[in-house]
Amino acid sequence: MNMTESRLTQWMVHITLAVLLIITLFPIALMVLNAVKPSAEIVQNPLAWPTHLRWDNFTRAWSDANFGRTLFNSAVLTAMTIVLVCATGSLTAYVLARRKIKTWKILTFYLLASTTAPIQLFLFPLYFGFARFGLINNPIAVAFIYTAVYSPFAIMLLRTYFLAVPKELEEAALIDGATHWQVFTRVFLPIVSPGILTVALIIGLYSWNEFLIATTFLQGQDQLTAVVSFFLLSGQYASDWGVIMAAALIIVLPIVVLFVLLQRRFIDGMAGGSVKG
Amino acid sequence: MHRLYVLPTLIINIVIIAIPALMTVMLAFFEWDGISDPIFVGLDNFRTLWDDSVFWTALTNNVVWTIIFLIVPITMGLLAATMMLVARRSANFFQVIYFLPVIIATAITGRVWQGMIYSPVTGITGLLQRYGIDVANPLTETSSALYGIAVVDLWHWWGFLCVIFFAALRQVPSEQIEAARVEGATFFQTIRYVLLPGIMPTITLMMIMTVIWSFLVFDFVYILTQGGPAYSSEVLSTFAYRSAFYDLAVGKAAAISVVISLFGLAATVVYIRVQAREFDQ
Repeated sequence: MNMTESRLTQWMVHITLAVLLIITLFPIALMVLNAVKPSAEIVQNPLAWPTHLRWDNFTRAWSDANFGRTLFNSAVLTAMTIVLVCATGSLTAYVLARRKIKTWKILTFYLLASTTAPIQLFLFPLYFGFARFGLINNPIAVAFIYTAVYSPFAIMLLRTYFLAVPKELEEAALIDGATHWQVFTRVFLPIVSPGILTVALIIGLYSWNEFLIATTFLQGQDQLTAVVSFFLLSGQYASDWGVIMAAALIIVLPIVVLFVLLQRRFIDGMAGGSVKG
Repeated sequence: MHRLYVLPTLIINIVIIAIPALMTVMLAFFEWDGISDPIFVGLDNFRTLWDDSVFWTALTNNVVWTIIFLIVPITMGLLAATMMLVARRSANFFQVIYFLPVIIATAITGRVWQGMIYSPVTGITGLLQRYGIDVANPLTETSSALYGIAVVDLWHWWGFLCVIFFAALRQVPSEQIEAARVEGATFFQTIRYVLLPGIMPTITLMMIMTVIWSFLVFDFVYILTQGGPAYSSEVLSTFAYRSAFYDLAVGKAAAISVVISLFGLAATVVYIRVQAREFDQ
């Protein structure tokens, strides 16, 4: 679709978009700028250019937030969640996309409903139940919670990819004597792999950034995720905001780089469940 | 039996969400500290909430929050998305930038705003004060704490809506738009009579989701003010969280959760109706 507009409209449009751009980038710019400034200069003027770049903010942030440990924890938790969601989600999407039987509607309704269930509705019994079984501070248990919370979204997205696979392919394979497992692994998975990659990226982003569940279930010093460790570090009084911004940048940078490189996948995937067509 | 392929998803979902959710509904009628045996108290938890002014503050804040988020980010998203149609060549660039706040962790966004913008010591607020401009840190005033938090969430959120609306707008058939232009419709008339009606299903869906999400809001409130000062920015989810984990009043927390869910439920019913229609195709 194309709209060609008068010069005046073009100007107004670009000015508005530019203003929104500045609003969006301003806090991010403050984070980057102050990550390389000493505390005293931030207090003086958070907008001023640094007199000299203070790179040791990053080394201090690394040790203060125990990033050697916590980034590793986040990576392991994220990887486990991605594997769990993609494995269980694609199996379910395979069934949901192919069977048009009424009973599957119930399952679909159930999954849709659980995407809108407030976390507080299951958080408290889950916490005290996990505590009883000694599952607090256990990243595997948290990966399962993430899987339960994120997989309905993943299934709805994967289902559209599974639907796009031609029926003839599946029927031909079944007639040739392939089992459903073989059809799933040999016919479907190679074709829907772009969809699985998209889901992996988005679920990875969600679990890397997740706060409420991580802060509730992983409180041991050795089990903290990077985001929670950052939260605790920045909550201390008399903290050095240069160091805090450096710590923020360490967590955000890999995500932003990945996002800019694979923007289409992120944006289409996250918008995927919400736009018709 | 390939139908059993749904079992892993189903078992995980039932164990983690469905069973604890049912337990929450039951716990709302018990007094429980999380360790000893729960004591049945009937409607006492709800009666306590009814008489608790913090509960009413939290509920009001959730309603205010819903109204703000139904209006501001949806308007901003629609405005930017329609304008991106005009600025077609740079649209993707704007889209990527607007989406950046969505991918940054809430804990980080919260701290950046707190320290770099709102803080009277290290932030822009402090800088303005030193220039003699009378601004206060909104997070430390009871009258403005909730709005201070809402601004942060708005900044974090509106880009998501913008991207979704932009994707929907691109699917409006170009013949409709051209026909309108040929008949002499101005830019704003085209928006009003062709584009907005064209993406109405998407707008409706986002409004339903906004209502659901507004009753779930937790992260930014917990990170920025923990519901303070003097409970002025408390919302139902932080109130429930504090009751359960700080006061160990799990029954009361469960009762609050039930209230949150009731508000969400109404919106959810509408949501499932809309989604299921699409699902049938």
